[in-house]
Amino acid sequence: MSKPLNFDDIVTMQHIYKTFNKGSVNEVVLFTDFNLTIKEHEFVSVVGSNGSGKTTLLNILCGTTAIDSGKIYLRDRDIGDMKEYRRASFIGRVFQDPAKGTCSTLTILENMSLADNKGKIFGLSAGVNKRRIDYYRTQLELLHLGLEDKIDIPVGSLSGGQRQALALLISTMTPIDLLILDEHTAALDPRSSETVMELTDRIVRDKSITTLMVTHNLRFAVNYGDRLIMMDKGQCVIDVCGRQKDQYDISDLLKIFNEISIECGN
Amino acid sequence: MDVFVGLLRNILEEGLIYGIMAMGVYVSYSVLHFPDLSVDGTLPLGMCVTAALILGGVNPVLASIIAFACGALAGSITGFLHVRLNITDLLSGILVMTAMWSVNLAITKGSAVLPYYNEDTIFNSGIAKMLPEGAYAYRVVIIVAAAAIIVKLLLDIYLKTKSGLLLRAVGDNEQFAISISQDPGKMKIIGLAIGNGCAALAGSILSQQSQSANINSGTGMVVMGLASVIIGTSILKKSSFVKPTTMAVCGAIIYKACLAVAMQLGLPTNYLKLLMAVILTLALVSNNYLSKGRRKQNVETPEF
Ligand SMILES: Nc1ncnc2c1ncn2[C@@H]1O[C@H](COP(=O)(O)OP(=O)(O)OP(=O)(O)O)[C@@H](O)[C@H]1O
Ligand SMILES: [Mg+2]
Repeated sequence: MSKPLNFDDIVTMQHIYKTFNKGSVNEVVLFTDFNLTIKEHEFVSVVGSNGSGKTTLLNILCGTTAIDSGKIYLRDRDIGDMKEYRRASFIGRVFQDPAKGTCSTLTILENMSLADNKGKIFGLSAGVNKRRIDYYRTQLELLHLGLEDKIDIPVGSLSGGQRQALALLISTMTPIDLLILDEHTAALDPRSSETVMELTDRIVRDKSITTLMVTHNLRFAVNYGDRLIMMDKGQCVIDVCGRQKDQYDISDLLKIFNEISIECGN
Repeated sequence: MDVFVGLLRNILEEGLIYGIMAMGVYVSYSVLHFPDLSVDGTLPLGMCVTAALILGGVNPVLASIIAFACGALAGSITGFLHVRLNITDLLSGILVMTAMWSVNLAITKGSAVLPYYNEDTIFNSGIAKMLPEGAYAYRVVIIVAAAAIIVKLLLDIYLKTKSGLLLRAVGDNEQFAISISQDPGKMKIIGLAIGNGCAALAGSILSQQSQSANINSGTGMVVMGLASVIIGTSILKKSSFVKPTTMAVCGAIIYKACLAVAMQLGLPTNYLKLLMAVILTLALVSNNYLSKGRRKQNVETPEF
């Protein structure tokens, strides 16, 4: 009945069920028998109206939100019962809120040192490894934001765009199986969001990281990535890749958005 | 003049001892943002453990270290209640504080005050004996200062290690700790262990100074620790080379000085706790006011 597991897929979600506030007046049935697979090196853009379940999908993958039933695999690992912080060793994540991806009271150097040690033991050796500083500098130079000259200032004094670029760099510094981006350009001004999106594309291409990106920017969804998913009420209503995806442009997506809204009667 | 010197010495002695506790409060309150009420129970725990051990013939330095360990254990229970059993931070602290009352009584075998006047303490044995004759009157200040400096240096070093950096990250942004695949709960437990270990160590030294343990001496310790940290940081905030641990100790000394001055001016002892609460209130209010003013001054939003 279920599709056989293919371990070439990075992500396999099978028969996911999720209802919020079950049995109360506020019950929200979001996912019923939801399935999704993501292939290695795929860059998936996800669009969808507010409340369609995009963030919840990401939260389920990361382990922030528990599912009612279903199976989640990352490669061949069953991560369904794994704690969020354990899954994080395979998953990198950048949030919409620039404050979430870095520590504002720590310096850029300290943030990078912490991230560099991801998944390893945090013992009593020196927190900042002086021999790695040059490496961090070259990594920061790739952002073209001049952050390499500011490694000793607290991250809290950077702008949202700078913080988001740093968060992106930090979350992809160690090897990961999957990068998750939840509207990570939404809190930025148009120019910064453009910069961060280009940066994202560059990093993802360079390191060929499998990526799942949620965005409300239809142009980003159309221009970047090689697979496009549109979600509505906990279901994928569009799921296209390759040449099929190239046929969609922004106006098509907008039209479908409107049709969905009319169906809902609003 | 002698009265003044004596007063000053007293302030320094007490300020430095409570400064050790204040450094612990700095870790739990300022680094982890955890309002830890268990300190009211772990300071007397340190006293009682020390009294019982010294009466049992244990070396006073070792007794102080064991007191630290006992406080750390109690602190990790506070952390466990909060992190693993999902009890709110305030309530976890209250639970441990309440439980400590019975634990402390059990250690002293039921007596509210446990004196050990003729026993060895860190102030009359070991290194203290090596001090020159003329320094005798200042031996408490000297030893207490040495203890405070050792704790300060150890804490400073720890906060620069990987573990210490992670502790600061957890206090700053739990999600970040999760992102780098670390359990924030574990670090909270460690932080609370350090905080309460320091409180118990302060209690241990305090009890050796008075050569007795007093079950009741914990009341108001949270208030005193918080006030010290807040006073210290708001006064010394501008000098960027002063470490927060030093600020906490300075805060404790200033705090003790305020109390001593009030007593000298004739404030009845009964009003001491009221004064402690008033000082913390003033510190909190002025701190809010100061940081608001400062925020308005340098709002810079750097361009991308
Ligand atoms: N913790 C929660 N408790 C109750 N309901 C929730 C919770 N989280 C999400 N929901 C519900 O699930 C639905 C999907 O929410 P979700 O945040 O996944 O939407 P989204 O697609 O990310 O929307 P947006 O575009 O606004 O970010 C919404 O109806 C929301 O009310
Ligand atoms: Mg969302």
